[in-house]
Amino acid sequence: MRDPVSERAQAIPPSGIRRFFDLALTMEGVISLGVGEPDFSTPWNICESSIYSIEQGATSYTSNRGLQSLREALSRDLSRRYRLTYNPDREMIITSGVSEALDIAIRAITNPGDEVIVAQPSYVSYAPCVTLAGGIPVPVECREEDRFKLNPDALAEKITKKTKALMINFPNNPTGAVMRKEDLEPIADLVIDNDLTLISDEVYSELTYEGNHIASATVGDLWERTITLNGFSKAYAMTGWRIGYLCAPQAICDAALKIHQYVMLCAPAMGQVAALEALRSAEDDKNRMVDEYRLRRNMFVAGLNRIGLSCHVPEGAFYAFPSVKKSGLSDAEFAERLLKEQKVAVVPGSVLGVGGQNHLRCAYAVSRKSLSEALERMETFIEGL
Amino acid sequence: MDESDLQILRILEENSRLSAEEIATMTTLDPAVVQARIRALEDARIIRRYTAAINWEKAGNGEVAAIIELKVSPERDFGYDRIAERLSRFNQVKTLRLITGTYDLQLIVTGKNMQEVSRFVSEHVAPMDRIRETATHIIMKSYKENGNTFFEQQETERLPFSF
Repeated sequence: MRDPVSERAQAIPPSGIRRFFDLALTMEGVISLGVGEPDFSTPWNICESSIYSIEQGATSYTSNRGLQSLREALSRDLSRRYRLTYNPDREMIITSGVSEALDIAIRAITNPGDEVIVAQPSYVSYAPCVTLAGGIPVPVECREEDRFKLNPDALAEKITKKTKALMINFPNNPTGAVMRKEDLEPIADLVIDNDLTLISDEVYSELTYEGNHIASATVGDLWERTITLNGFSKAYAMTGWRIGYLCAPQAICDAALKIHQYVMLCAPAMGQVAALEALRSAEDDKNRMVDEYRLRRNMFVAGLNRIGLSCHVPEGAFYAFPSVKKSGLSDAEFAERLLKEQKVAVVPGSVLGVGGQNHLRCAYAVSRKSLSEALERMETFIEGL
Repeated sequence: MDESDLQILRILEENSRLSAEEIATMTTLDPAVVQARIRALEDARIIRRYTAAINWEKAGNGEVAAIIELKVSPERDFGYDRIAERLSRFNQVKTLRLITGTYDLQLIVTGKNMQEVSRFVSEHVAPMDRIRETATHIIMKSYKENGNTFFEQQETERLPFSF
């Protein structure tokens, strides 16, 4: 029998964490810092408006681009928050989470053999999405000594004649790094000088703890070559609703829309209604959650440094990314033994790409009580080494 | 009163058992500063006391509570303040507010049983000068108090790992 699985599907690696996942599921009393989502429930006014829309029978497809009212509200919101200007009728698509937005963005711009530079450590799907689109992912390391920001010299080294695009994510999962305007400017120069497209995943934009988020497309002349990806999952605790969006100049947006039409048709209608309500009335809820993450970050990072896991203060997202170098264990060994011996689940940094080795991704989107308990268990673990 | 004071108040309202050191870590303020600010907030009687949110129904002490609404004729020069002050002296009165609408004052009164509450209302509250009318609503069940819901919420299923 011929191999029924395509070469492309074979070419993408399985999740580096499957065995941890299976192990954690069989154990009782695990504190998981491995989850990349808010621990809050979606604010009730958002849920309620979606339930009401279902009661009213709003259960059909929406337009491919997404609800007009949502796109218009979003366009105003992006302009007010980040001074991002996107036309709701031509430069915006509501997608099934940022995951879909990422996929159609890459497919819309990648020719076979094109290189797409992926700033790492990063979310796990960036490189595989490039591979699936026929492109070649080229990792560039964001180093700890640069506080995990993307260094322009490191980027320049990776650019070749085949480079088509650069893929970044700030505030960053897993490092919490944030790029300020002055950090983005030299990157913008490189992108423009080398005629690249920039894909900027900004799903953690609202989780910026010091100062305001700078949207990549607002830096220099980047707008005309930037695809902005964002969504509602992290800011409004709406991961299960699957609502993200892609914003880009019309030519790119039209191409992405064709793919979206064929593979997704539209984002979930109920989720779109919920997202609209989030924009209308959930600002206070969002701020309350962000304030809470900030308190937890301060508490957790201080705790990590106290117990000997050196950790920079992440400026965004909800991840701490401590180094395990001093323990003498690799990140994978550390994570596996910590789970088995003290029942604390963390993600070993090496599964998140270059630059992740010797680090752990610890999500602090869990209650303060769980964070304290996790710190105690981690301390016990380290003392026993 | 600045943003740091407000932040400290919000943190304490949520969990008043946190130490000044813990609050200092969370807010990145100096522990001595947190200590001093808390003392100042106590001295200014902004922080009234440190208490616990208790579901008494679950504790099963058998107490009952009622909402009492009063129509009151206000006094020249004092309005409702003097009568409110007198009412507030009763230990049975847990909450007392001036409200708009059909009634003027709203009380929450607790007692060992219904008889005790009704005796309190009929013997102590209703006969007071200037009280023209009372309406008593027995609280049958409390679902949420001061932001704390008393529903036993089911743990929602969360994956141990996600990226």
